[in-house]
Amino acid sequence: MATASTVELKIQRFDPERDNEPHWQTLTVPVEPMDRVLDVLTRAKELFDGSITFRRSCAHGVCGSDALLINGRNRLACKLRVEQLGKTITVAPLPGLPIVKDLVVDMDGFFEKYRSVQPYLVASPVEGSGERIQSEEQRDRFDDTTKCILCAACTTSCPSFWAEPEYVGPAAIVNAHRFIFDSRDENAEARLDILSDEDGVWRCRTTFNCVEACPRGINITKAILEVSSAISTRE
Amino acid sequence: MSAGLRADTTHIDVDAIVVGAGGAGLWAALELAREGIPTAVLTKLYPTRSHTGAAQGGVCAALGNVEEDHWEWHMFDTIKGGDYLADQDAAEVLAREAIPAVIELERMGLPFNRTPDGKIDQRRFGGHTRNYGEGPVRRSCYAADRTGHMILQTLYQQCIKAGVKFYDEYHVVDLVFEGGEANEGGRCSGVVGYKISDGTMHVLRAKAVLLATGGYGRAWRVTSNAHSLTGDGMSLAWRHGVPLQDMEFYQFHPTGIVGIGILLSEAARGEGGYLLNNDGKRFMETYAPKLMELAPRDMISRAIYQEVREGRGIGGKDFIHLDVRHLGRKVIEEKLPDITDFARVYQGVEPISEPVPVQPTAHYAMGGVPTNLETEVLADARGNVVPGLFAAGEVACVSVHGANRLGTNSLVDLLVFGKRAGIRMAQICKSTPQPGSVQGAERAVRDELLALSTRPSGVRPAEIRRELAALMMDNVGVYRDEALLSAAVKGIAKLKAEYANVRVEDTGSVFNTDLLEARELGYLLDTAEATAVSAYARKESRGAHSREDFPERDDAKFLAHTLVWQGAAGAPATKLDYKPVTITKFEPKPRVY
Repeated sequence: MATASTVELKIQRFDPERDNEPHWQTLTVPVEPMDRVLDVLTRAKELFDGSITFRRSCAHGVCGSDALLINGRNRLACKLRVEQLGKTITVAPLPGLPIVKDLVVDMDGFFEKYRSVQPYLVASPVEGSGERIQSEEQRDRFDDTTKCILCAACTTSCPSFWAEPEYVGPAAIVNAHRFIFDSRDENAEARLDILSDEDGVWRCRTTFNCVEACPRGINITKAILEVSSAISTRE
Repeated sequence: MSAGLRADTTHIDVDAIVVGAGGAGLWAALELAREGIPTAVLTKLYPTRSHTGAAQGGVCAALGNVEEDHWEWHMFDTIKGGDYLADQDAAEVLAREAIPAVIELERMGLPFNRTPDGKIDQRRFGGHTRNYGEGPVRRSCYAADRTGHMILQTLYQQCIKAGVKFYDEYHVVDLVFEGGEANEGGRCSGVVGYKISDGTMHVLRAKAVLLATGGYGRAWRVTSNAHSLTGDGMSLAWRHGVPLQDMEFYQFHPTGIVGIGILLSEAARGEGGYLLNNDGKRFMETYAPKLMELAPRDMISRAIYQEVREGRGIGGKDFIHLDVRHLGRKVIEEKLPDITDFARVYQGVEPISEPVPVQPTAHYAMGGVPTNLETEVLADARGNVVPGLFAAGEVACVSVHGANRLGTNSLVDLLVFGKRAGIRMAQICKSTPQPGSVQGAERAVRDELLALSTRPSGVRPAEIRRELAALMMDNVGVYRDEALLSAAVKGIAKLKAEYANVRVEDTGSVFNTDLLEARELGYLLDTAEATAVSAYARKESRGAHSREDFPERDDAKFLAHTLVWQGAAGAPATKLDYKPVTITKFEPKPRVY
């Protein structure tokens, strides 16, 4: 290790084959200057306890595997540098989803909600052999919501989702927005119907937690308001 | 049964299996769904987390939307970029079919950037030229610098629409063969999947199995690759008697973030970024005066090493600068937003006002599981097919990339050959009966997994992984020679012996990543071995394989693809064979830019 620097890493542990309740484990882990939280978790697993369990893949903020509750906020462990956090790092699973083991939550329900908003282009076949024409302005209209990586940081930071787990949640609305405002799509009405349901956009209380949590910088609340406004004005 | 797995095994019958849910696997699944073939897609991640999503700069297709372009030019660039090792019939398929593939993606909803008249916008990319090398051409179709993300999302969305059946977070731990292994005339009849969330085994039987598992960049210490890229498909095929092709050709991308290897896309240079040495000089002038920063990646990576060796690295260190300041804030923020973010987050550098320190990073396998143009896996140099087994994307070697892949051609490859895989598999499924019983097919791998998780003492997998990654970085990197490669072959053999005593600590059956990472380390050792052995045997320099003891390309001896087989019963790999390169339109010439 280049430096003798260390951090206190507090990890929420839960093994369903052994534990009744989650508990905390604290480890003193050596760190290097440019380390991210993911590096520290990996080092703790490699040096101290191979059973520490978390998801990871791309390790640079584009796959969405390692969204975690870190020092009280939902963030990607691979995009957060240790020096931004101080000497104690507290890591817990994303709130509001069932814990599978340690930092791993059950994502199936989250992806089910994503699929429920029909997140795919529906459009009539085009003539000829070329692409559809779309202006730069039309393309810009939904640019922000194409950035979503489905990490669930937003949905699991939302108090409305914690209170009402049936709420479709910000991530699904973002992905509906991406198609509702795409000039090529012909299925906006069906998505607006789905989202005008009691578990749709109306549960948003504009607390902006989602915007703060999003590692991609998407203005999620704005997207939700644009969808609810489209629902209100369509009759 | 505890210790990492449970006793119960589930049997599932389908017609087609797709292993891996990146671009190639998803497009294959989509074609199979269109033909009504019952298909199972298994991925050890969730589909949207596949590494296709990390591709940044674009996907080349000679649409000619912003300037004159022809697929023949794209074909030529691909062949020349690959130092004449690509099979030219394959490169022709790639360049021709890129055009309808990109159009089809747009029709599926991919949000490409647009030209002022509303067509797909295109930009420059390394090694892509007009009129057979005259100068850079705008060929790369892009969606900001997250083209791969949009491809992955779009294909997954269409799979949802088509009702494709996914097995998310199922780790494929073995292939099933009947009638012998691949080198004994056997047929692939299914896969063994391990459900990560509960440790149960699932034996899936099918008429056609596609490997679409990607590459093995994690064999190197500095890499742009995801943690999940551990050579699974290549290794599993190798263990069942399939040779691996052209493994010595591994691409180092010139512009990785120093130390950690995260990629700063070639798009930065496509938009006009400079590479500067310690004197502030655009040093590519010396190495590729015509294309400068848009020369192919192997040449730029070597140039960087050369600058560093001659003391012109920044501050005398082992990196140089990527400079985009002159592009201005608007271009940087609108066209390169993600990589700007990477520089800020991972280096604390502001690209608008500062040059960004970069160095070469292990990036892409040109080699892999040999296939024909229909993505059928090949058993030998004569072109005999392994029935039931297919491969597409980075795991495969068609070969379209030859000795060095051009930027964006990985996406072109996975689109064109992922689609071809689905079409061919659908044909096979309609004309072939289901294989025989696969009862008990999980036993061998179950024993291997149990051995890993019940060994009372032994080495931690992380120690071996760290040693392997350092060895590959130092000895099987940008520059190689006999001494380095010989030491690598020996070092890998030693690590393989140690791996026999590896021990995992987690003995649970729920989400046991400790066990799976140990399993993945075995795949990495296999692919590293195939790479080092093939590199040792190729006594010439071509594309990404650069031997300081044999600095020239040697077409008389080595205008041929390497095939390497795994040694019997744990012995080192010694059996190699070579097959001729298919030359159709372009005779090999010296490669200058």
